[in-house]
Amino acid sequence: MITVTHLTKQYGPRTAVHDLNFEVKKGEIVGFLGPNGAGKSTTMKILTGFMPASEGKVMIAGHDVFHEPIKVKQSIGFLPENPPVYPEMSVNQYLDFAARLHQVPPKGQAAAIANTLKRVGLWDVRHRLIQNLSKGYRQRVGLAQALVHNPPVLILDEPTVGLDPKQIIEIRELIKSLRGDHTVLLSSHILPEVTATCDRVIVLNRGKIVAEDTIDHLTSRAQGGLIYALTVRNVKAAGVEALMQLGKIHTTGNRLTIELKSEDAREKVIETAVKHDMGVLEFVADKVSLEDIFLKLTTNEGSLA
Amino acid sequence: MKNIWSIARRDFQSYFTSPIAYIVIAGFLAIMGWMFFWSLNHFNIQNMQYMQYGGGKGPSITEAIIRPLYGNMNVVFLFLVPFITMRLFAEERRQHTIALLLTAPIHLTEIILGKFLAAFALVLIMLLLTGFYPIMLFATGNPELGPIVASYIGTLLLAGCCLSLGILFSAMTENQIVAGALTFSSGLFFWLVSWAQQAAGSVFGELLNYLSLTGHYNNFGQGLLHSSDIVFYLSFIGLGLFFTHRVLDSYRWR
Repeated sequence: MITVTHLTKQYGPRTAVHDLNFEVKKGEIVGFLGPNGAGKSTTMKILTGFMPASEGKVMIAGHDVFHEPIKVKQSIGFLPENPPVYPEMSVNQYLDFAARLHQVPPKGQAAAIANTLKRVGLWDVRHRLIQNLSKGYRQRVGLAQALVHNPPVLILDEPTVGLDPKQIIEIRELIKSLRGDHTVLLSSHILPEVTATCDRVIVLNRGKIVAEDTIDHLTSRAQGGLIYALTVRNVKAAGVEALMQLGKIHTTGNRLTIELKSEDAREKVIETAVKHDMGVLEFVADKVSLEDIFLKLTTNEGSLA
Repeated sequence: MKNIWSIARRDFQSYFTSPIAYIVIAGFLAIMGWMFFWSLNHFNIQNMQYMQYGGGKGPSITEAIIRPLYGNMNVVFLFLVPFITMRLFAEERRQHTIALLLTAPIHLTEIILGKFLAAFALVLIMLLLTGFYPIMLFATGNPELGPIVASYIGTLLLAGCCLSLGILFSAMTENQIVAGALTFSSGLFFWLVSWAQQAAGSVFGELLNYLSLTGHYNNFGQGLLHSSDIVFYLSFIGLGLFFTHRVLDSYRWR
């Protein structure tokens, strides 16, 4: 549904996005993860035809964004970083305008608007002016705008930003309910967000893709080597040296993190530590959370691949 | 066409959901009413004096009322148009709603034409409301119809030029005040550009005179519709909107 090849965007001398390649299949929900300024919004703006790329090609629903922007825009619903709402309009008026802009046939327009309002939970405030709504509601109005023409592709830039926890859950449920009929690409810099809603994650850092996989794969791949943590009473140089034979060691105070070559080496670790009279207090597998992966991926140049 | 209409409708409505339309219209009518009343008053006094001294015919309604009234109306528009146009694109950019328009399946040209149409409709309403003055003149005297109709056409075209300039400057900045100030000063410049005519020499002076917005208005005030004037105004409007298109397009590329 979405195919991006060699996408590059430069703002003057600064490269915001560098040589992105990825694909989103029909019916998939894919999360775009990355710290602020990683190039998520820029990529989304290019995908939606808001701005052109410096290099590369974007195909959405079988059309090239650059050459057939109108056709692409017809099949996209876009929620930008800042919800594009007119404060002086009522929710109803605004959605009416959005529906017209997206050429919803006049016949089904009222029904489409009513449907969308109920879907995003705006039915009760439909007559209120947008300027009097809270940030969370405005965000939903923005989301409603992206949904009103029932587009096959949805591109949502940080859809739950500014919402309270209850609303976040509601919106996540809403996004999950789109699975199958709609292809969704959403961005976030919050990890649980992506874990909760997406089938697949694309991790972006400094304009480059540093990882792209399902969430399960990503977790197991990050574990890669077998990492164990050994806590001892006294760290002895001789003991540490002996342990180094077994794997890479990282020492923080009296806690040693060992990346073992094989599971069988576990026994040897304890043996060695006891032999050198280090006083073993604890020996545990060092679980890597998705947070760690995210940090690892985005704080170093290091890639997991 | 439908898309142009969608845009125009929203912008036109937003003039009336904010106080802008009411204030601009009220200000316009107050100033025009004041001018109309006093020029009428002056005309009556003059005619009375002519009658008393039996000095032949006094000045005609066209000369004494219509021409100055509609000539001055243009000046009032020069002042008011910036308030009509300054928000059109600047506000969209500041509120980030421009993203909605630029990612909707419509052409940039349609967006620009829609906005122009909305502003033009507001000007049209202002002009229609002044139709009260000629109606009153027809009810009490016998003015010539030609100059009145021509004045309206001329004023509409001239205001259109100001709108086009205003939309261009509104597209250039996020700041409404900046857009408004640029619109006013550039409008004023095109107003006064012919002042340099005599000093500038024959060819260049001719050119400056041709560029003057007011220079082309004089014929309308006399009830003359010259195609050259109409073409000038229409091309001025078209060029302004074309540049607006270029500005907005380049804003996307940055």
